[in-house]
Amino acid sequence: MNGPSAANRPPRDWRAKLINPVLGKEFTLRMRTPRSMWALLFYLIAIGILAFGMLFIFRLDYGLGAGVFDPSRSRTMFLFVSIAQLGLIAFMTPGLTAGVISGEREKQTLNLLLVTQQSNSSIILSKLVSSLAFMTLLVIATMPIFSVVFLYGGISPGQVGTVFAFYLFTMLAFGSFGILFSTLMKRTMLSVIASYGLTLFLYGGTAFLYLVLGLLIENLSANQTNPPGYYGWIGYLLGLNPAAALVSIFEPEFSDSMFRAGLRGRTTGAPIELWQEYFIVYAVLTVIAILLSIRHIRPVRKRKRKKGAGNG
Amino acid sequence: MTEPAARQAAEARQADPAGSSERPMVEIRGLRKRFGQFEALRSVDLTIRRGTVFGFIGPNGAGKSTTMAILATLLPPDEGVVRVDGIDVNEDPEAVRRRIGYMPDFFGVYDQFRTTEYLHFYGASCGIPKAEREAIIPQLLELVNLADKKDAYVDTLSRGMKQRLCLARCLVHDPDLLILDEPASGLDPRARIEMREILKELRSMGKTIIISSHILPELAEMVDEIGVIEQGRLIAQGSVAEIQHRLRSGRILELRLAGRAEEAVGLLEGEPHVGRVMREGQLVRFQFAGGDEEQAELLVRLVGLGFRPIAFSEAQTNLEDVFLEMTKGIGVEA
Repeated sequence: MNGPSAANRPPRDWRAKLINPVLGKEFTLRMRTPRSMWALLFYLIAIGILAFGMLFIFRLDYGLGAGVFDPSRSRTMFLFVSIAQLGLIAFMTPGLTAGVISGEREKQTLNLLLVTQQSNSSIILSKLVSSLAFMTLLVIATMPIFSVVFLYGGISPGQVGTVFAFYLFTMLAFGSFGILFSTLMKRTMLSVIASYGLTLFLYGGTAFLYLVLGLLIENLSANQTNPPGYYGWIGYLLGLNPAAALVSIFEPEFSDSMFRAGLRGRTTGAPIELWQEYFIVYAVLTVIAILLSIRHIRPVRKRKRKKGAGNG
Repeated sequence: MTEPAARQAAEARQADPAGSSERPMVEIRGLRKRFGQFEALRSVDLTIRRGTVFGFIGPNGAGKSTTMAILATLLPPDEGVVRVDGIDVNEDPEAVRRRIGYMPDFFGVYDQFRTTEYLHFYGASCGIPKAEREAIIPQLLELVNLADKKDAYVDTLSRGMKQRLCLARCLVHDPDLLILDEPASGLDPRARIEMREILKELRSMGKTIIISSHILPELAEMVDEIGVIEQGRLIAQGSVAEIQHRLRSGRILELRLAGRAEEAVGLLEGEPHVGRVMREGQLVRFQFAGGDEEQAELLVRLVGLGFRPIAFSEAQTNLEDVFLEMTKGIGVEA
């Protein structure tokens, strides 16, 4: 069963360098299941209902599109559609990533993969890239719906590009959390619950905590005229919220107002823009999640040989 | 020499500069493994020579699969040394993986793949270039009798075909050691026979094979050595004949009577040279430590007492008997 010798071997296909076996397998198998097509269809229906529903409401309330041009209202609609898409991404990403490793474990295919020469990083990154590729396909497929806002003006293609870059980063971050849970937890059900729990906390929990703490601080500082050296630290909490970070990109005043919230009369600007904090914190967390996944996928890790210890 | 083969040769030289062919393929010393409070392996020592077909027998939960998973680098040992071809599984698991083909007792397949794609995927994952895979895969499908299914989707294959496909997957990178955990479990008799024929073929190719299976009696003629494991301890290792010899101080005799078998059991239990006595209907089986003369005298005495033997002969024992005897608590010192 010997193949051709190294000298006679034809040059390697360039695709082999870009697409490793695990990634190739993920791409092939994902598109062979009708589930992917259904997911795409329902995603487009959901975003379509939200976008056109919003358009309808705007037309009723403000007469938008009925011969009236108002860029600020068009921006509001764009932000609404962008945040709606962010919500759908939050809903889809854990579902697509929280079962990628534990699912292989449950299907009893993981051990077969782990006895090959594929490295831990190759397996984890391929799984992540393949999930993100599908999410990217979903987001790109919504482009025609997004383009409706151009009809009303007030939005530049650059801003749409920025939103898509933000989506990509958010998918990467939340996807890596999903893969970490999937690697650490043996059962997909637990991994999915943990991933959705974390997503819910970061989207809803941070906003809720911000509001509650804002009210508390407002009440506590009601008797103090000018608390020295004290600023709205709770703004940092909102920096963890993807929706708030997205809004802060398009509304420059948003970060300032959020850090000031709860403190009357404060005029100091935000110590950091919400989106900046978001990128820094989530970039670090993403790297940690990916590294932990790579470290824990295989129970047996290469151990450095002790000095002077033989192996024979 | 192909790239993987050259790499293997370099690793082998590194592992054994003398290039000795005497180095065992598998060497396990003092292996222990716990899962919480459960002690799965309690100081297992095992050596398997190159080119040997090694049968691993023991009841469920005895530690066979755990030992195999440790050899396949899927579980870390808690204590002890485990080497494959001289390479420690902890120190260089990648090099160990290049040398082994592992087939677990339970495994899944990617149903959406065609059989050829399935093997291409694992071949590529083992670092085999596409041109080499193109040459190897048809041969592998031929070997496992799936050549006519090369374009079939995996989910259309029967259980036996999937088992054979998984075996082909193990062989895609031409490993020296095959670790096959219950490769014939759940197969019908015909599929078992097909699997046995493939294993014979692999044996003739000089592969070292570790196989655990409940069809070991059927494989008796192709197994060079067996290891009996019970409650995490290897209680015996050697050839089938050696194990049988060590297990029993004498022969197993079978006495088939025309009647009064129960009465014969009582009589035999009081006879000299007779060990354990078992009865199945009118068939009485018993351990006998005496020689031919004593055996003849026993028959004369039975006839003299009015028993009417239909048959009186030495029983043909097989691996199943060994397995049953050993795991019933009549252990022998390894």
